[in-house]
Amino acid sequence: MSIDDKNYNLSVELDKIHLRNPTMLASGILGISQSIFERLYNENIGAVVTKSISVDPMKGYPNPTVIPLGCGSYLNAVGLSNPGLHAFSKELSQNKNIPIIISLVGSSEKEFSKMVKVFDSLNILGYEINLSCPHVSKMGMEVGDDPEAVSKIVSTVRMNTNKPISVKVGVGSVDVVELSRIAIDAGANMITAINTLRAMSIDVETMMPILSNRIGGLSGSAIKPIGIRCVYEISKKLQVPVIGCGGVSSWQDVIEYMIAGASAVQIGSVLGSRGPRIFNKITQDLKKYVEKKRVANISEIIGIAHRY
Amino acid sequence: MPTDIDKRRIVQIEEIISETPTVKTLVFKDRLSYFAKPGQFLMIWIPRIEEIPMSVMINSKEGYAAVTIRKFGVGSTALFDRKKGDLIGLRGPYGNRFILRKKYRKILIIGGGTGLVPLLRLVSFASKVKVRSTIVIGAKTKAEVFFEKVTRNIIRGNNSSLLVCTDDGSYGIKGTTVTLMGKLVRDESFDCVYTCGPELMMKAVLDISNQNSIPVQASLERYMKCGIGICGSCCLDSSLVCQDGTVFDGRQLSKMLDFGFSYRDKDGQKIHYK
Repeated sequence: MSIDDKNYNLSVELDKIHLRNPTMLASGILGISQSIFERLYNENIGAVVTKSISVDPMKGYPNPTVIPLGCGSYLNAVGLSNPGLHAFSKELSQNKNIPIIISLVGSSEKEFSKMVKVFDSLNILGYEINLSCPHVSKMGMEVGDDPEAVSKIVSTVRMNTNKPISVKVGVGSVDVVELSRIAIDAGANMITAINTLRAMSIDVETMMPILSNRIGGLSGSAIKPIGIRCVYEISKKLQVPVIGCGGVSSWQDVIEYMIAGASAVQIGSVLGSRGPRIFNKITQDLKKYVEKKRVANISEIIGIAHRY
Repeated sequence: MPTDIDKRRIVQIEEIISETPTVKTLVFKDRLSYFAKPGQFLMIWIPRIEEIPMSVMINSKEGYAAVTIRKFGVGSTALFDRKKGDLIGLRGPYGNRFILRKKYRKILIIGGGTGLVPLLRLVSFASKVKVRSTIVIGAKTKAEVFFEKVTRNIIRGNNSSLLVCTDDGSYGIKGTTVTLMGKLVRDESFDCVYTCGPELMMKAVLDISNQNSIPVQASLERYMKCGIGICGSCCLDSSLVCQDGTVFDGRQLSKMLDFGFSYRDKDGQKIHYK
């Protein structure tokens, strides 16, 4: 059964972007194949965010790169593996109606401008700038922890596109609200919060770190309360759309993020146990929730927690 | 019995069977792997070196299982070089399985190299429910033929047959599994064809099965990072080998543009089969 946004009021607005519902694929999950994006769209997803793309292809770290920790949490250090600017623009070249946001990662302004110049001609909604991957040197969080670099990179992307830009922030050494403010001041339209948190897991039999990179990023249920807090604080201080991310595995989690102030919510780790059909399940459940609560449009619940 | 397949178990390699100069079977005790379904795989951790997906080999001892490894890349070579007593980590078994329908009486098994691993688990199950199997094992040359004895043990007294073929005719029937399959399906009728091995071989098996209107199932292999539907490395069209497979049927395979054509590299770029 497909959901028609005219009937069910799940649609949300993110700056100039209209989504049929607030669910999005989080960056880093399944994000390299147009065929997979089409499958997710058929599962009623609101939008997909691609894996973070760099100018050159990146093989990432050797395995183990992803560790299921149990209780809906995961540790990963994939190392930003991606097919690179050229191969990925070819992958998306036939895209017509799939709502795609491209995640970008790089270490210099030049790299970002090079990518945006190529991607801007594709049929995409906008960009998410990854300034918060916690486990690759000279990229992600290492850029995000440098306010001056953040400002320069966001301004550069802004100069090269009219499409909406979200900046994905994480919990690093710079306060998440301060970092978000810098990104918005530099021209970003919205904020995605949060990325994974630096974490580690060690096997007690062999006494060895499990990830090949030793340190990775924690995702899934364990980080949800931190994500909720960040979305709450950012949306309270800044008058821009915030996209919630971190530990969403059910319709209740989506609603909780929206009440905290998120205009849309990204979903990732739960695909490890539930597969792509989780999007259809959550969307159907959201529909039941808005009907039960007699909410004309789901966007009415955004930021209700700020009243208290 | 532990039920959380995601929980990493550390096991000791208790026995190593040398199959050919480049293929070894490593035996370990693990209850979840012992009960693995044919077509399912484990993520095998070689501490501080790699983690690779491996199909679960059967072992005659209760509570035991094995993996059969061909020395090839970094991970497989590291696993190949493990010694008796070394520790490896396991998670899984993951994925779906070959389906043996109740009405099936006679099945055809086409295996190439280590592709025999999931097929032998299937043959073992088929033998128990009195389904007759015709098993074709293919190799380039005599020195690369393995699993012959273990297969004979599994099908003993079951009225099943084993045919070995080599490309150069140095052992068994001269020719490829595909040419032999062509002859077999012309002379006999089978309820289903099951295959695992090099992808271009499986593509040929699919084509012959379709031409002869025989149902077919194949267990596919792809590079994987996570094994659980997160990384997307193992996608063929819109399917994930780890979560939707490893086994796909003829109807699904016939629609896949990537099957027998391309796979994704570590960076996610499409690479074409030569």
